[in-house]
Amino acid sequence: MNKMQSIRKDWNLIESLISRGAKVLDIGCGEGGLIKQLEENIQANTRGIELSPDLARKAIADGLSVVQGNAEKDLDQYSNQSFDYVILSQTLQAMVKPRDVLLELLRIGGKAIVSFPNFGHWKIRLQLLLTGKTPITEGLPYVWYETPNIHFFTIKDFQDLCKQSNIIIEKSIALTSKGRQFEIPQGISGANLFTSEAIFLLSYKNFTPIKLQSKQKTFVSNSALVN
Amino acid sequence: MGKTTAQIQKNASLECDIAVFSNMDCKLDSGFNLKDFQIAFKTFGNLNANKDNAILICHALTGDQYVSETNPITKKDGWWSRMVGVNKPIDTNKYYVICSNVIGGCAGTTGPKEINFQTNVPYGREFPAVTVRDMVKIQNYLIETLSIEKLFAVVGGSMGAMQALQWTINYPQKIQNVIHIAGALKHSAQNIAFHEVGRQAIMNDPNWNKGGYNKNNIIPERGLAVARMIAHITYLSDDAMHRKFGRKLQSRDIISFGFDADFQIESYLRYQGRSFVERFDANSYLYLTRAMDYFDLEKKFSTAIEFSPIPNQHIRYLIISFTSDWLFPTSENKKIVKTLNYFTRNVSFTEIETDKGHDSFLLDEPELDSIIKGFLDNNYNKIGSHE
Repeated sequence: MNKMQSIRKDWNLIESLISRGAKVLDIGCGEGGLIKQLEENIQANTRGIELSPDLARKAIADGLSVVQGNAEKDLDQYSNQSFDYVILSQTLQAMVKPRDVLLELLRIGGKAIVSFPNFGHWKIRLQLLLTGKTPITEGLPYVWYETPNIHFFTIKDFQDLCKQSNIIIEKSIALTSKGRQFEIPQGISGANLFTSEAIFLLSYKNFTPIKLQSKQKTFVSNSALVN
Repeated sequence: MGKTTAQIQKNASLECDIAVFSNMDCKLDSGFNLKDFQIAFKTFGNLNANKDNAILICHALTGDQYVSETNPITKKDGWWSRMVGVNKPIDTNKYYVICSNVIGGCAGTTGPKEINFQTNVPYGREFPAVTVRDMVKIQNYLIETLSIEKLFAVVGGSMGAMQALQWTINYPQKIQNVIHIAGALKHSAQNIAFHEVGRQAIMNDPNWNKGGYNKNNIIPERGLAVARMIAHITYLSDDAMHRKFGRKLQSRDIISFGFDADFQIESYLRYQGRSFVERFDANSYLYLTRAMDYFDLEKKFSTAIEFSPIPNQHIRYLIISFTSDWLFPTSENKKIVKTLNYFTRNVSFTEIETDKGHDSFLLDEPELDSIIKGFLDNNYNKIGSHE
């Protein structure tokens, strides 16, 4: 599977997780290919944020609502629960504080969609074991001293982080290096060995509405206001 | 409120249209009731049958209605002719472009230079103070007169950006898209300070005569030239000045040990001052710099967006800033973006890297061209067929 096919596959899977007409924020949206697809295919109401000025401008010139900005500094401008979905595709491993970013996603969006290359794949494990050097693969193609990917983590690591942070994994899909996809089972499985890329649909555990006195408005515990 | 109409006349010497409004009840922010006034404007391209291709361009402090083609006063190209015209980024083959001289200006719209119909002498200092909100209010009269219910876009840089932003608050139902270039939610203390120095230069010129210079045809040209020289520095950047002039000497090999224009930068500024005097009215400069100083939406903007009595969610905003602009820096432009993002509005933002300072929006910046063209054309295609 080449890079573009793999991105397309990733996008199609993300699209399948999003309901029609939803409000979607794509963090690190690049030229806006994914949000454009979501606008065209499922009439999503989209926004994007992109660090690279050139890519942001390409997206804007394509008629998309994209702001040039930094995912680690500029997410505070979005208000609580202002989107149905917040997407972070293939970017978490490049963040200085991935946990903070993850929590921001679920502050801004009702659900978060996160995809990342799995460092637990057997080829990577084997490379490290046999060569004793930092693995270089299709998904992680850079040498260690100039890679933008500063955090290497596995599906198991990510599942642990979600558990610690009270985040529910609503759905997790694995893509193998050959492009096959399967649902990642919870608990012990071989998924961590065979997944080259994982896509997670996340939400908050304690997202239970608390009834307050107001008859019209329902408050939820992470301070979001619904209906 | 009824529809406003005015008589539209062609003005041969100004080579533009004049909309004459009479017996109006136009209350300005200052409380002054402006009864009779006229707006000088130019249009480019044709309004289509659906009337959905109109773009209003708001000019900056010393701009005018001559945004494209040739300016008949200076005989030079219009101030944004590189951006607006046939086959230009804002393509007048496709769009109907309207550009009007602001109230208080000096290119044919009612301002301190024009005759007060009540007294039959030029207004001078008798002219009422105007604000950016007044400018927009009066532009709206023109748009009503042209029977345009919805502008496809309002576009402006600097003081034009202030007007564009004001449009989104006062008449959100009348605009679809906004392009805001190198502006801010407020005029900063530093910006007011520079304007004040310019105004003092004008008012301290003995020829200013408390604004009454028009009676004897002697104008405060030295004061106005100095005001322009100061302002021009703020439109550039240290890097651009260094690149263009450095310490190069003007028409000489050695320094003169005197106060002639030894350096090219001095000669350049003097030229800027001299040529400005030929085309701009000193009183207008006082009034319009004041209007910019009074501009302050910092506290009001988020309330105006959130609690707008008129729906405004449909507006698409494009905010553009330049890295070397220290007059309207990126940080100020980003405040607008942040507020709009907080309310999940359709906002796009980019900062263009250039050393050309605040003036970048008027200069050759290919990235500015392509982003404006792409933003307008793609959003235009979204609204369906255009008959």
